[in-house]
Amino acid sequence: MWRSSPRYSDPVLTLTDIRKSFGGVRALERASLEVPAGSVTALIGENGAGKSTLVKILTGIHHPDSGEIRLDGETVRIADPRAARALGIGVVHQECQVFDNLSVAENLFVHSHPSRRGIVDWRALRQHAAAVLRDLDAGFDADLPAGRLSIAQKHVVQIARALTHESRVLILDEPTASLSQRECAELFRIVRKLRDAGRAILFISHKFEEIDALADRYAVFRDGVSVSAGALKDITRDELIRLMVGRPVDQLFPKIDVAPGRELLRVENLGRAGEFEDISFTLRRGEILGVYGLVGAGRTELAQVLFGVTRADRGAVHLAPDAVDAGVALVPEDRQSQGGILDFSLAANVALTNLARLAPRGWYSRARESSLAREWIDRLAIKAHGPAQVVRSLSGGNQQKVVIAKWLARAPGVLILDEPTKGIDVGAKAAVHRVTSEFARAGGGVIMISSELPEILGMSDRVLVMRRGRLRGEFDRASATSDALLRAASDA
Amino acid sequence: MTPGVAGIFARRWLRWETMLAAVLVAEFVLFASISPYFLDVYTLSDATFNFTERAIVALPLAMLIIAGEIDISVAAIIALSSVSMGLTASTGAGTGTVVCVGLGTGLAAGMINGALVTIGRVPSIVATIGTMTLFRGAAYAVLGDRVLKDYPPGFAEFGQGYLVGPVSNELALFVSFALLFGVFLHYTRWGQAIFAVGANPVASRFAGLAVNRYRFALFAATGLFSGLAAVLLTSRLGSTRPSIAQGWELEIISMVILGGVSVWGGKGSILGVVLAALVFGLITFGLGLMNVPGIVMSIFTGSLLILVVAVPALLGRLRLSREANS
Repeated sequence: MWRSSPRYSDPVLTLTDIRKSFGGVRALERASLEVPAGSVTALIGENGAGKSTLVKILTGIHHPDSGEIRLDGETVRIADPRAARALGIGVVHQECQVFDNLSVAENLFVHSHPSRRGIVDWRALRQHAAAVLRDLDAGFDADLPAGRLSIAQKHVVQIARALTHESRVLILDEPTASLSQRECAELFRIVRKLRDAGRAILFISHKFEEIDALADRYAVFRDGVSVSAGALKDITRDELIRLMVGRPVDQLFPKIDVAPGRELLRVENLGRAGEFEDISFTLRRGEILGVYGLVGAGRTELAQVLFGVTRADRGAVHLAPDAVDAGVALVPEDRQSQGGILDFSLAANVALTNLARLAPRGWYSRARESSLAREWIDRLAIKAHGPAQVVRSLSGGNQQKVVIAKWLARAPGVLILDEPTKGIDVGAKAAVHRVTSEFARAGGGVIMISSELPEILGMSDRVLVMRRGRLRGEFDRASATSDALLRAASDA
Repeated sequence: MTPGVAGIFARRWLRWETMLAAVLVAEFVLFASISPYFLDVYTLSDATFNFTERAIVALPLAMLIIAGEIDISVAAIIALSSVSMGLTASTGAGTGTVVCVGLGTGLAAGMINGALVTIGRVPSIVATIGTMTLFRGAAYAVLGDRVLKDYPPGFAEFGQGYLVGPVSNELALFVSFALLFGVFLHYTRWGQAIFAVGANPVASRFAGLAVNRYRFALFAATGLFSGLAAVLLTSRLGSTRPSIAQGWELEIISMVILGGVSVWGGKGSILGVVLAALVFGLITFGLGLMNVPGIVMSIFTGSLLILVVAVPALLGRLRLSREANS
């Protein structure tokens, strides 16, 4: 069912000089892009470089102010998402757009049920769905309710859905943000299969490991302008980062070596039914403790118990007496729904964890609120118009800085970071790492949960590895290698 | 380029409240030009009885809705409170006891709602539809078709008396509580926390706010003020029937929504609710002066409500689609 065409044929999709502004704010300016058939083109850029706007133009959600989109050499106008589908442009979004209450088969055809005179032909639908899933070697049944699938499998459902529309162009918008290593590998296998069958694939990712593993070509965007494009084998990673940021990024993991101080936190045989058990470890002042593991290893659940959102069934957590007042802070993984209040101003978000200090007698003052926020905008170099800017309108990296600021402003004893740099760009990442190191140097204890090996290896004084709710190893800086951590984290 | 959030909110809600104020002025001009009696101080004072009892419940309810919850049972609580006051009075109890029983019943009913939502984790719309039926049903079960009217002599003062000149006790109470609630909601950290809980309860919990404690307290307050409304209404009418305050829940919720409080939580102001209460009160009173029958009146207020809720939503959509196409 897939046409095979030679690799690096004429570009299937060409964008030339696309411009797009939103009410005076320029999102894209002279953006050009080629996506050839039979290859994976990586679209690279910092947050705010215009990648999302480009995807939205390609899927018909936004319309370009000027410029040309050509598909197979013909100029096209993408009026709306339906038109994009009809043209054969399919997209797998970062957030899963799968209907949990419908079966996999229904999910695949949700935009176009096969029907006769308005009556859905369920048999044809199931057969079609089964055929597409078989082609993808999906390994799950079309009749399964989609809610029972893993996140990775839901991504496969989205890909399969794009294929049912005979998509020639497949856009993957940060599809791996919440996948474990093994799920990524599975997804990549399917993407490669599609590439070899001649589809044009546009892959958007912040992770260079993935880009190296999957892509053949690259296109770098910066501030809405396409700055460079070509074959990946002709360029080094450092050059890519320089193109992306527009300046050399001196150090991604500015770890400051600190001699660990007194014990700050001791966890003994902690357990919570169905989530994790038998967890024991200590954390000292000045220490960054990395917690590595695959998605679903129980790391987030452990963090929530340590923070106090949920309670342990067994075991104990001891906080050093001099740290009890300062307490434990948690920067949650899901910054949009748990970390911040998106419709509130930056200042109101930072103030939220400091209400008692800002208003000791109850009287809440906007002036004190915004002076606190100004202080942290400076300290974390948050890119915002001012304390009054709504958090929703900030880029992902700056939203994360706001969430970190609101806890640092409280001067906690222990700072727990759950996937602190997930989905944020290189510049913001470096800033988060710098702030984390400074917090530890000032005598705080950090527990950093991360699925990114380079981050864990670069930042941690010690690393704990969790697998299926249990501790599977503890490594010091010398013994923590990617091999050792991966082996401890995976089921092998 | 992007205006600050405080800017947007200030401008947006200022505009909303200005709009309500404009409607209010228009009503004044209209009714004054139609009826020669309208601009009389005592007529206007009379007019306030049309809304003060409802508006007193609208104040805490506005905070509850800003916190992302709702209470449909407020009118049923008024009925239950009124019935328990009537029964207490029929035993020969004094004014003080009767009032305490009324307030206490309201508070207890509100706490039941709060417990159902916070401890029982029932969505508030479901919980309070349930208690609405329960409380109203209890009032009917106890009273049947009887009327309780043996209230002690001093009791009538609450709903019928005047503080100074044309300012009724009810009006004085409403104005004081409006000021109190306005300051509490907009100028204290607890008010700020209520907005946060409504805007994003999960993030509020992750920021260390005792989300459920706020919810419970607001349900209890709404119950208590429903009890207060029961005291005023019963005192003004001088009698209790189980059908007392029938249908008020929708009028009270309408006031809150007309006041610009977002049904999604996280947005709203007490000033808006006060203006909305005045708009509602004047309309019903003015139409009454013009001898417009009750049915027509409800058509009018219903249309007004749809208009003020739908028009801004439509305008917002238009602006969005214009941006998308530009």
